[in-house]
Amino acid sequence: MSARIGVITFPGSLDDSDAARAVTAGGADAVRLWHADTDLQGVDAVVLPGGFSYGDYLRCGAIARFAPMMGAVIDAARDGLPVLGICNGFQILCESGLLPGALIRNNHLHFICRDQKVRIAADDTAWTADFAAGQEIVIPVKNGEGGYVADERTLDMLQAENRIVARYVGNPNGSLRDIAGITNESRTVVGIMPHPEHAIDPLTGPTADGLVFFTSIVTTLAARVGA
Amino acid sequence: MSSTDNAAVTQRGVDTVERAAASPDVQQPWAELGLKADEYQRIRDILDRRPTSAELAMYSVMWSEHCSYKSSKVHLRQFGAKQPVTDALLVGIGENAGVVDIGDGWAVTFKVESHNHPSFIEPYQGAATGVGGIVRDILAMGARPLAVMDSLRFGAPEHPDTSRIVGGVVAGVGGYGNCLGLPNIGGEAVFDSCYQGNPLVNALCVGAMRHEDIHLAKASGVGNLVVLYGARTGGDGIGGVSVLASETFDATGPAKRPAVQVGDPFMEKLLIECTLQMFKEHLVEGIQDLGGAGLSCATSELASNGDGGMRVHLEKVPLRDATLSPEEIIMSESQERMMAVVHPDNIDRVMQICAHWDVTATVVGEVTDGSNLQVFWHDELIVDVPPRTVAHDGPVYERPYHRPAWLDARQADEPTAQRCPRPTSAAEFSEHILRLMSSANLCDREWLTSQYDRYVLGNTVAAMPHDSGVVRIDEASGRGIAVSLDCNGRFGALDPYAGAQLALSEAYRNVAVSGATPLAVTDCLNFGSPEDPEVMWQFAEAVRGLADACLTLGTPVTGGNVSLYNQTAQTAIHPTPVVGVLGVIDDVRSRITMHGARYGDSILLIGRTREEFAGGEWAHVLHGHLGGTAPVVDLAAEMALAKVVREHSPLITSAHDLSDGGLAVALAELVLRNDYGVSVSLSDTEADGFTMLFSESVARAVVTVAAQDVDAVRAACELAGLPSALLGVVSEERSLVIDTDAGRIAISREELAAGWSSALPAIMA
Repeated sequence: MSARIGVITFPGSLDDSDAARAVTAGGADAVRLWHADTDLQGVDAVVLPGGFSYGDYLRCGAIARFAPMMGAVIDAARDGLPVLGICNGFQILCESGLLPGALIRNNHLHFICRDQKVRIAADDTAWTADFAAGQEIVIPVKNGEGGYVADERTLDMLQAENRIVARYVGNPNGSLRDIAGITNESRTVVGIMPHPEHAIDPLTGPTADGLVFFTSIVTTLAARVGA
Repeated sequence: MSSTDNAAVTQRGVDTVERAAASPDVQQPWAELGLKADEYQRIRDILDRRPTSAELAMYSVMWSEHCSYKSSKVHLRQFGAKQPVTDALLVGIGENAGVVDIGDGWAVTFKVESHNHPSFIEPYQGAATGVGGIVRDILAMGARPLAVMDSLRFGAPEHPDTSRIVGGVVAGVGGYGNCLGLPNIGGEAVFDSCYQGNPLVNALCVGAMRHEDIHLAKASGVGNLVVLYGARTGGDGIGGVSVLASETFDATGPAKRPAVQVGDPFMEKLLIECTLQMFKEHLVEGIQDLGGAGLSCATSELASNGDGGMRVHLEKVPLRDATLSPEEIIMSESQERMMAVVHPDNIDRVMQICAHWDVTATVVGEVTDGSNLQVFWHDELIVDVPPRTVAHDGPVYERPYHRPAWLDARQADEPTAQRCPRPTSAAEFSEHILRLMSSANLCDREWLTSQYDRYVLGNTVAAMPHDSGVVRIDEASGRGIAVSLDCNGRFGALDPYAGAQLALSEAYRNVAVSGATPLAVTDCLNFGSPEDPEVMWQFAEAVRGLADACLTLGTPVTGGNVSLYNQTAQTAIHPTPVVGVLGVIDDVRSRITMHGARYGDSILLIGRTREEFAGGEWAHVLHGHLGGTAPVVDLAAEMALAKVVREHSPLITSAHDLSDGGLAVALAELVLRNDYGVSVSLSDTEADGFTMLFSESVARAVVTVAAQDVDAVRAACELAGLPSALLGVVSEERSLVIDTDAGRIAISREELAAGWSSALPAIMA
């Protein structure tokens, strides 16, 4: 049976159908979840898609973090449910406390959308298992508040524990230590600012490099079942 | 708003129909509301009494130039009269947007609209709400909005106010579109001092639906309910339409900030999802967005297109400012609102869907068996009008027009070699190419386009800087569309008839070189004051030119927008008829882009090059010259080029249209946008090197093909009556090499890129 991966739609989510398409392309079944519900419907993993949840009013991700469905996600993630937060999803993960640090306004103060070179730093997370560390990929980045920040101790800790998942090659927004994505201690929750779901087919994206995030989770889940 | 507040307003005295009938001599502020004496008298004649203040507000805003097209109507009729015979047109001019059949049961709707005046006063909100408004027009047709484009005009790059407007407009277009989740797939940004006090912000939206989902703006069925949903109504944009769009800015400068609307793209996103769900469940009998003229427009449009009357209870409108008077509520242009006509059986489900998306929805009225639109404020009747007289029977002006006396002198002022010295050595050629590539209108647009999300929704096959935006509609079959938005206002200044045709010609070409079949046209006609007979002549000529050319090309005008009064004091903008062309591609996987060439591919120039520099970029950038005869319009050649490209798309590895700056700029762009170089020779071409490189003759493209396919493609060109020239090859060395009669021009990619990429950031610094 295929893995079932949930994609949550918040009011203002924009890349939810893209994420669902990518989940399917990666070989899993996409299960659409609604922010106001609390039932995760037994999914094996969850994607928090990009967009402007609740208009990004107050602070990016700050309101979405309190959505009823996020309560279920936070509990399940602490029990090992794999979660991928993309862009706004990454912001929600930081606001939820599932990942350390925060994402702030780009240092050049503009929204930026471009094809971005990224170097995979950790190939042992639930969402990057099919990559090789050091591999360089090109996927779109598009954000206004994508600058990753944390205190020095946290940054050192992330580095020491190999929890920096991906680094920008050519920093687009002033992220500290070129951080494009990070993971949690158990390496199941990943937040990434650029958009792998927009790079699953060279017809509509710069490459198909992003697809590997979605095949990786299928690999990870299959290994769990096998174990 | 509580009923006590409303009661207080009532006590202050509302101007009711009864009161109006009893007090014929009350002085009314019709002039302040932008009405002329004879227009006010006509309202009195229609109603057989003086209008109430709410009626006066409605008529004044609906009879404004922006809403009634009173100066342009007599000319716009040509788009219908000269409409080409086509099976593709499902819904024509007059609805919120035209609808085109693209095959397989799919219909596409698209439209371009201006938000020029608000964008000068408040660039961010002006541009943002321009995007919001056009997206709602597309939504109101029953379509899911798929993509947006923007055609922008700014003042001189060196003027101190220009960067304020560019920065605000670009952030506004991006801020709204990005948050709304629609990819921006292309457009144009042009700098010219004629737009200094009158920037142009034209936004296009395209959407798709199944044929059976097409919706129209009409209120039918007695007893059906009128539902207002979306944002609450506030004081923003009150009188925006009549005050802003129908008056020329005077020398005292803008002091009308409150009349500009404020946008909330998050609410619009909810509005889209909630509306599409209602369509999906077939819950909507008629629908209209609230844009310019707000409730005045929506209620009178819906009622006049239906088969009965309508009753509206204005005190039920949810407000965010409890102190608004009924007249203000009826005129408010608060954004992100829609009005639907719903059968009583479906009302619960409609309210449920709105609640699901946290969208406020209120039943504010019903369809009646009468003939009038009646608006009540509590129990008092404050509007009682035949809706057609508001929405469709506005004044129509036959404004006087005549050919400007100065035009002969301008057309005689050709950019001859005496007036505009031409390059004679290879070094001078290089210098001219570099100056063109680093000029404001030809330099890299990345500073601007990188602020727009082009990936969201996952169906963008090509976006800027490609010649046209290409979007996949059907994931299974690959069916999709190509859209381009173009205009060169300088051509319009030389000859508005030709200028409009040249805009169409370019947009048609851009769609064609992407491998699509052009189907339909939308236009945004930006001109100065219609009260100036010379401007009015420009407008009349442009419409005549566009209608004639659309007939020849077989591409009907499906809808659009007119923006007049784009002038500061006595100075009007160049006639700027921005034209959008929509084409269909059976399978977007077969589209052609300007990438895709391989080392060793041959470079062909297709099309005839004439000595045409007037109005072109070379004369503009190198000599600041504007005079002479606009390029010859050759629609037959344009159609032939489209046919050759389309029928040989499997052989064509890349294609790029020739337009601004001619062949020199097209070749330089190939070098800048690819990881290869080009090495060409002009020795076997039909004209001298200068003409070949800088002429802006129409119906031309550079294409690359594998060496073994050259003969086949050239034979097809010959058969189609198009000259072609084998210019050279795609080279591994990343430079632009051109052998001319003046010697070899050789410019490295680095040299080209230096000025090209830094020019726009420098303007914005």
